[in-house]
Amino acid sequence: MMSPVRPPLKKKPTFVRRLRTASLGILAVAAAAGLGTHSLQAADKVLRVAMTASDIPINIGQPDQGFEGFRFMGYMLYDTLVLWDLSKDKESAGLMPGLAESWSVDPENSKRWIFNLRKGVKFHDGSDFTADDVVWNFQKVRDTKAPQYEAKQAALVAVRIPALDQVNKIDDHTVEILTKEPSAYVPYQVSFWFMSSQEHWEKVGSWAEFAKNPSGTGPWKFVSQTQRAKVEMEANKDYWNPKRVPKVDRVILRPIPEPSARVAALLSGQVDFVEAPPPDAVPRLKSAGMQIVTNAYPHNWAIKPSRIKGSPWNDVRVRKAANLCIDRQGMNKMLGGLSVPAEGHVPPGDTWFGNPTFKLGYKPDEARKLMADAGHSAEKPLTVKIAISTSGSGQMQPLPMFEFLQANLNECFFNVEAEVMEWNALTAFHRKPADDKIATSKNVNAVIVSHALQDPYSGFERFFLSSRISPAGSNWGMLKEPFYDEMLAKAANTFDEEQQNAILRQVHEHAVDNAQWIWVTHDVNPRALAPHVKGFVQAKSWFQDLTPISIEK
Amino acid sequence: MLIYILRRLLYVIPIALGVTVVCFSLVYIGPGDPLSSILPEDAPQEVIDRIKAEYGLDKPLPVQYAVWLGKALIGDFGTSIVTGRPVLVELGPSLVNSLILAIGGAMLGFIVGVVLGGLAGYYHGRPADRMFTALAITGVSVPHYWLAIVLVIIFSVELAVLPSLGMTASGSTEFTFSAENFQHLVLPVIALSVIPAGIVTRTVRGAVAELLNMEFVEALRSKGLSEAKVIKHVTKNAAPQVLAVMGLQLGYLLGGSILIETVFAWPGTGLLLNNAIFSRDIPVLQGTILALALIFVALNLTVDIVQATLDPRIKR
Repeated sequence: MMSPVRPPLKKKPTFVRRLRTASLGILAVAAAAGLGTHSLQAADKVLRVAMTASDIPINIGQPDQGFEGFRFMGYMLYDTLVLWDLSKDKESAGLMPGLAESWSVDPENSKRWIFNLRKGVKFHDGSDFTADDVVWNFQKVRDTKAPQYEAKQAALVAVRIPALDQVNKIDDHTVEILTKEPSAYVPYQVSFWFMSSQEHWEKVGSWAEFAKNPSGTGPWKFVSQTQRAKVEMEANKDYWNPKRVPKVDRVILRPIPEPSARVAALLSGQVDFVEAPPPDAVPRLKSAGMQIVTNAYPHNWAIKPSRIKGSPWNDVRVRKAANLCIDRQGMNKMLGGLSVPAEGHVPPGDTWFGNPTFKLGYKPDEARKLMADAGHSAEKPLTVKIAISTSGSGQMQPLPMFEFLQANLNECFFNVEAEVMEWNALTAFHRKPADDKIATSKNVNAVIVSHALQDPYSGFERFFLSSRISPAGSNWGMLKEPFYDEMLAKAANTFDEEQQNAILRQVHEHAVDNAQWIWVTHDVNPRALAPHVKGFVQAKSWFQDLTPISIEK
Repeated sequence: MLIYILRRLLYVIPIALGVTVVCFSLVYIGPGDPLSSILPEDAPQEVIDRIKAEYGLDKPLPVQYAVWLGKALIGDFGTSIVTGRPVLVELGPSLVNSLILAIGGAMLGFIVGVVLGGLAGYYHGRPADRMFTALAITGVSVPHYWLAIVLVIIFSVELAVLPSLGMTASGSTEFTFSAENFQHLVLPVIALSVIPAGIVTRTVRGAVAELLNMEFVEALRSKGLSEAKVIKHVTKNAAPQVLAVMGLQLGYLLGGSILIETVFAWPGTGLLLNNAIFSRDIPVLQGTILALALIFVALNLTVDIVQATLDPRIKR
């Protein structure tokens, strides 16, 4: 047993005092060292943005990091032949002329498109943008023998421009695009294909060198980049569209994947503009005077049911019952109002929404009746197993949201089980169709993967065409309905935009009326802006335009 | 001593080989796909196959391991699937950045731990001991992720005296010593030092209290040695045990704290690993884990040698 050592009692109060003094001293030193933190803030007219990405997106043309890469690297440094109109917040973002002033399909040959290029456009390196650049950029992602071919760029854009077969120069400012099959979606497809400077690439000699000082035609010019830390761009004062010349001098983009770190950075004045603040931080941000900007955009968070033989979701009464048993308003409240309760596949008010007769809503009695008709009861509930991720791009707050809808559905004779996995694992899982053993071995018969619905391909074709069953598309449930195959082929061959939209509205109405999925909600892509950030218009799009922003301190 | 060092060095070889096998295979055991992060979800199969071949992911696992080990032995850890840059280019600066944080955290944690532990052990059973022991238990128990956020809220958000993220004022990932950059170091270092401070406090306290009750201390005191000289003897005897713990703690700190580096967006190995895990960037994961494991092994070796130098009995 230990005995106390000699205690020099007199020292005790002295020590405690010293400790207190030392603690205060440490804090004082830390505080003194921190004086002038506000001097860290960049000068006026610099916009500092916190992205959710974990790294700087690839900067040589086709970006990675999903649509955040498109938003903050693609459409800032580069242009496409056809651009997205991001100037309005009240209506769906549509297409508008970009590097092509106009385009049309050949009336004699529906597989031939003519694009009339904008004259007088210059790349950031000073070279002229011409038809040669368009052809050269096509070779960059398609011609494996071309010196400028870049495999990863090709992989990143492959799924975006599937219809394109050849690109030929007609004259300096006209190109023809030949498609494999007639496709009215060519303008959408080329909106994802960015134009890099041929002359600059030839001058520097490689894509690795090009990445050190990339050159596009976009409204922002590259200044510098520190991997994993920041990328800096300056306003392109000579941008060809005077309406989109940036109002601030420079923009600094920082990858900050941790949500609480982004919020702290905004509150401490280290950034001015934050992507996706977590819902529980919104009251704190508002009380600090920050602006919270939201808007519906083409995104959905839904349960995708398996439609393979023997799936319980093959019964339309079950699908409708599930759609009528989710308290979407309650979920919206749980999310702090940062969602749009689903009324269909696309958000309400979307160009393609139409007028479905089946109205989604919270009608548990009606849902239970449908389930009873289908042979289920409280004593004999229907067991369904849904794959869900713990986090992930566009997944919002997946686990609390799942638990919410699980509680809802269990009130309507369902017995909902979860197969929880990490985001990367879920995307790999989703690449295999519902009849793959990866799903059947775990009895998973539904999956929740959020999606972008930006264009007819990403909004409808990849989910509802029988030819787009995973991995050829995102038809995970293996839905095979001739209606979709016929109507979507018809839309793809309808070159008049209004008529095409009318067909897509019919597709949407049919999908909702047949409760193809169990739609839950749409994200509103919240952003938090410092009080001095003015002029930002949040478009109903995955992409956004930073050019109208001004800093008013 | 030389034989002891050689023997310890020989032990390192199978350990290092074992580490390569474990770190190579571990990343394949988990579900997920390294190509998911760089390819759209509906990428055509021929594109997937081409990219797989480009990164050598189409070959059988043992072949991949052999190729990887062969290259790793000459310092080539491959290329990041996500960024396309060599892993060494990613890893080198990250290791340096974590080293800066680790040294800061270790210095603070060890100094606090030794001082508080020494005092607690010296005043064993008295209020100062209870207070420091409680502090040590708190330090070990408080989640440093939570503490980091609390520090940010207090010093960055409320008091606005210290920056909340990044390692330099300019946003650069190369640390240079200046008053402004020092500010970036304060909060992560404090957050990182809490656990080693707690562990070292408890270790030093236990060692000092135990040694002070040993007969040789009584003998020293009865011979009339001053208290300072007694403490010197106690310190020397406590050193091997404390050094072993410090070595392990330094190893953990050098590995970079995934949570601390993520909260403060500190571009070290922790943040590198975090990003690589979520994007299944297998070459970065393998290279980083291997480098960190080898550093850990080297640190243990160093501690063993230092311990043996201080206490020759260990050599036996």
